[in-house]
Amino acid sequence: MTSRRRSLTEKSIVTEKLNKNYANVQALHDLDLEVQNGEIFGFLGPNGAGKTTTIRVLTTLTRPSSGSASVGGFDVTKDADKVKRMIGVVQQHLSLDRDLTVRENMEFHARLHRLSSSNRKQRIAELLEYVGLEEYADKMVDTLSGGMKKKAAIVCSLLHEPKVLFLDEPTVGLDAQARRRLWDLMRRLNSDGTTIFLTTHYIEEAEALCSRVGIIHHGSLIALGTPVELRGKLGSTVVETLVDNKETCYQFFPDRASANRYVQKLTSNIKTIVIRDSNLEDVFVEQTGEKVDHA
Amino acid sequence: MFDSLKDIYSILWVDLRNLSRHWRSTLATSLVQPLLYLVAFGYGLGRGISFEGISYLAFVIPGIVALTAFSSSFNGSAQKLQVDRLFYKSFEEFLISPVSLYSLVAGKALIGIVRGVISSIAVLIVGLLLSPTLIVSPIFVLTLLVSCFVFALFGVLVASVFNNHVHMSTFNTLVILPMTFLCGTFFSLSQVPESVKIALYFLPLTHSSNCLRAAALSQPFPWFSFVALISFGAIFYFGSLFVLKKTSL
Repeated sequence: MTSRRRSLTEKSIVTEKLNKNYANVQALHDLDLEVQNGEIFGFLGPNGAGKTTTIRVLTTLTRPSSGSASVGGFDVTKDADKVKRMIGVVQQHLSLDRDLTVRENMEFHARLHRLSSSNRKQRIAELLEYVGLEEYADKMVDTLSGGMKKKAAIVCSLLHEPKVLFLDEPTVGLDAQARRRLWDLMRRLNSDGTTIFLTTHYIEEAEALCSRVGIIHHGSLIALGTPVELRGKLGSTVVETLVDNKETCYQFFPDRASANRYVQKLTSNIKTIVIRDSNLEDVFVEQTGEKVDHA
Repeated sequence: MFDSLKDIYSILWVDLRNLSRHWRSTLATSLVQPLLYLVAFGYGLGRGISFEGISYLAFVIPGIVALTAFSSSFNGSAQKLQVDRLFYKSFEEFLISPVSLYSLVAGKALIGIVRGVISSIAVLIVGLLLSPTLIVSPIFVLTLLVSCFVFALFGVLVASVFNNHVHMSTFNTLVILPMTFLCGTFFSLSQVPESVKIALYFLPLTHSSNCLRAAALSQPFPWFSFVALISFGAIFYFGSLFVLKKTSL
């Protein structure tokens, strides 16, 4: 019993044969997943693949149909209260109260998590400084830019010092600059000890941030590993060719030398040859048969 | 227990912050309808008419106070909750937090009570100026508070059940609007057929009107209606818990 408990708590998130059905739709199908303490785990998948459903189950918002899920060693259905105390959640939609200021929203979240009065003030001041929102603290949420709103939502989720932070498509709709600022924030949070579970549409985001990546498709996990491992399984070099000006084909090779040998043998009806390193988008397309939806 | 009370206050705190920004427009909009009824039915149409041995104005004012408690408390808790649930989707922040559903339902009802009490007192003051014979006794105040709590819980239940604005609007038209006029607010239930009277006893506003009118006019207090009102409150509270439990762990 003791060893089982220890092994569970070494992992932040564990799901076993997790299923979720909505009417006639199976949103999750026997999902087995493990996220280690201290990692940034990226969850990739096309729209409707089951990313948000997974987050909703793990954050106690949705009851699973069967199977089990635990966060920090606590079962999400049996110990929902304990799970709620150790997680922070930033939803895809802005879940702040738009009629309040950033500081009031933070105060409210701190109260919901039962921080004492003195602790509230101290944490709010610390976090405002941590993310550089001090000068916006007393502005109404609705007057902030998209990036600032997202930052405000993230600081609200951090007030009770969660061990695991769930971020559902946190950078959707943000410009490149705002997105990179949020990446810096996520890296900083992670280096300060927070485990991050991140869903994203942006492949470059997953490559830039995540220590491991899972790809979900039609509710099933179809690939899992570090970005390097996943690219390695496919081939580290890719040759893009345009055949008869119609369709782009992708060929994967373990190294540049093999790719070059392949290109030299190509016939004349094949044009626009590009040799490049493979990336997670290639893994994604190969595994799902679909292009990444860029929201 | 102490944590639960703190949680309930935390939920009220955020709603009070919102109310403090919009209190003038909130109060004005919640008073227009009852004051119009008071002027049109009570002071205009009913002036000079006697009813069951008392002036119609004195008869109708407690009914309009009950109506004000109903509409302000119901809308006070239902509107914000529905907008938070369906439009902003910020209601899930409560469900992710360690706050229990018991505290959540009570906390979301409190803002309805605050709005209901404020609006009712404002209407009551106008009513007392028009008809100084009305009696504001402790039982009247207690009934008013209980009514506001029951109607606020009704708002929490309705806003938790419906998953789109169209259904909510349909409910308002088919249930809330008829309740406004039929639940003994403007006329005595002794004037309606027995079968209709029985049907009206299944609506909480009927009991609130009965109790407030009896207390204000120094008539025998209908304890059956008072117990029925509290029973409605219990049904709405546990109904809200049931609905929210279905959507959360």
